[in-house]
Amino acid sequence: MTLKKHISVSKQIFIPIAALVLLAVFNLLVDPAFFKISLGHNSAGDPVLTGYLMTILDYGSEVAILAIGMTLVTAASGGQDISVGAAVAIAGSVILRILVGIGGDGSLRAPIFVGFLAACVVSMLFGAFNGMLVAVFKIQPMVATLILYTAGRSIAAWINNNELPIVTDKSFTYFGGFIPGIPIPTPFFLAVVCIVAALLALKFTNLGLYTQAVGINASSSRLNGINPVFIKWLSFVLLGLCVAVVGLIKTSRLSSINYSVIAKDIEMDAILAVALGGNALSGGKFNIMASIMGAYVIQFLTTTLYKFNVSSDALPAYKAVVVILLVVISSPTVKDKLIGLQKRMKQQKGGGQS
Amino acid sequence: MKKRTLATMLMASMTAVSLIGCGGGNAATQAAATTAAAETTTAAAAAAETTTAAPAEAQKELIKVGIINNDPNESGYRTANDADLKAMFTEENGYEASFAYSLKNDEQINAAQKFIQDEVDYLLLSAADTSGWDSVLQDAQNAGIGVILFDRTIDASEDLYLASIVSDMDKEGETAVNWLAGQGLDEYNVIHIQGVMGSAAQRGRTGALDAKVAAEASWNLVTQQTAEWNSEKAQQIVQSVIDSGTPFNVIYAENDDMAKGAVAALDKANISHGVGKDVIVMGFDCNKWALEELLAQNWNYDGQCNPFQASYIDAVIKKVEKGEELGEKVIIMDEKGFDATEITKEDVEKYGI
Repeated sequence: MTLKKHISVSKQIFIPIAALVLLAVFNLLVDPAFFKISLGHNSAGDPVLTGYLMTILDYGSEVAILAIGMTLVTAASGGQDISVGAAVAIAGSVILRILVGIGGDGSLRAPIFVGFLAACVVSMLFGAFNGMLVAVFKIQPMVATLILYTAGRSIAAWINNNELPIVTDKSFTYFGGFIPGIPIPTPFFLAVVCIVAALLALKFTNLGLYTQAVGINASSSRLNGINPVFIKWLSFVLLGLCVAVVGLIKTSRLSSINYSVIAKDIEMDAILAVALGGNALSGGKFNIMASIMGAYVIQFLTTTLYKFNVSSDALPAYKAVVVILLVVISSPTVKDKLIGLQKRMKQQKGGGQS
Repeated sequence: MKKRTLATMLMASMTAVSLIGCGGGNAATQAAATTAAAETTTAAAAAAETTTAAPAEAQKELIKVGIINNDPNESGYRTANDADLKAMFTEENGYEASFAYSLKNDEQINAAQKFIQDEVDYLLLSAADTSGWDSVLQDAQNAGIGVILFDRTIDASEDLYLASIVSDMDKEGETAVNWLAGQGLDEYNVIHIQGVMGSAAQRGRTGALDAKVAAEASWNLVTQQTAEWNSEKAQQIVQSVIDSGTPFNVIYAENDDMAKGAVAALDKANISHGVGKDVIVMGFDCNKWALEELLAQNWNYDGQCNPFQASYIDAVIKKVEKGEELGEKVIIMDEKGFDATEITKEDVEKYGI
């Protein structure tokens, strides 16, 4: 049993790794300079590493953080939260409201930590709202989160009275940029912190097991003493926490916010990351590391396309091709065929030896 | 334990619901709310008519306008535009205004139909899309409602509207490109960051640059990409050019947000920008914060896109009410381009949006 589980998990992470290798080889063949990383200085005089790979680490981390929460939501509820982009706008708006406020001059009125904490609380409350609709009222996750998807950006604008606060304090740029003296983009560290926290939580608590159990069969898990309502609800709250971190990164990148475009369509990337990770979008078994790998693969693809000057409004089409390929490959029909093919090849080999 | 979780969840959802209630007021529901308010005022007016004549007459004099605009959260431009309209069409100025907001054409058309049913006197329209307006504007005309377009033109017969108050986007682009040509660089290696493809602003601002690049051998486009008015995408596009190591000396961003994203990428790579520096930064729309960047000489140029159409609309309505002849159907607003070496603090206050 444990052996079987082990094999299935390693197979699952094989999909995003294969995609990553494919992209890497493609870039290596076309232009090896893609992998060049150089140490330079930013305009503040701090050392920074630059290059396509660093860009991937930098921007991929946003989706990677969201992918953690999205994987849990997917596994527990068998559906996806499509409101994360709007929720990021809300979280970012809350941070700026606390730090600068309405009509502020851009100087910090509160420590950044306080702003972030407030964003965490608000995001988790919105997550709780989504979670309640899904867990208690048994509404389809996509329909339940459609509410916040539609209203979220207006709420974000309303929080700051439709103003666009700008933070002038340099220390606020660290979260989406670089901490002085450390040449690796901060979003990557934030992603690592989130990933480690998630993995520790899965290892030392029953969260992972319970989430899987609820996702596979909610009623039988209830008979076994797990509260499926609470587990589903919790997954949305945890996604809220991930959203707050991304809100911090996003607002820090530009020290400002644009309510209608911040984190636009990021929910699709997050869901795609989960799918790329080989997780069943209908819930149940999941592998967080595979989702995270999926997130970086998406950014790898995006950066590659940017490099080749593919018009950015054509990007979704390329992503769509990837999704179609993945869905087809991981569909049961193709899987069975592949397994059948594998068996036959083994038999032939065996026959040849004897 | 179970009860407590349920209680927290309920609390949480209640706060969330109340937040949605207020937040929604910003956009979609506001249309409904304001129209409802308008209905109650007419009801009040009707009631007043039966009791006392004097206040009823005062109410009657108000000109009813239905204003259909894009979502004010779309951009700083739209926020300023909406605030300008709200400041102009007040009861003090003799108007009774209802607002409807949407970025979608079909929702806007629905709103227009509702305004026609509500028998507004004038319909002010900033259309999300250029097509599909013929039949609803015909209805408006049949109902005797004057239609005034602002900010955006539509593909419909000129007979269907009284006036169209617009920015000349082609001219905005030309002004900017002429300014850039006047900088006398030996070579122009331009990163061109475009707005949403097909929008009037994108077409006008792109057209002038494309023509110049085609005409002059020393003008090259390093990259030409749409960032869809989005600063994050602009940052990634410029980052990609920097990563590739291709030299460039001009950033021509079709709005301020995208210029800001581009500058963030430059700062990260320690590429100097602004007056007398390595890279010339150009933006459009004249957001206040962008003009302040100009004042600090971090950027070089910002082209204005005038969002203050309300006074022009007001003038048109006043003329019609007095029975005067209207001149040209298309009214083009005055627009400037600001140079970082010439801009003053007064300009920032006056023209910043």
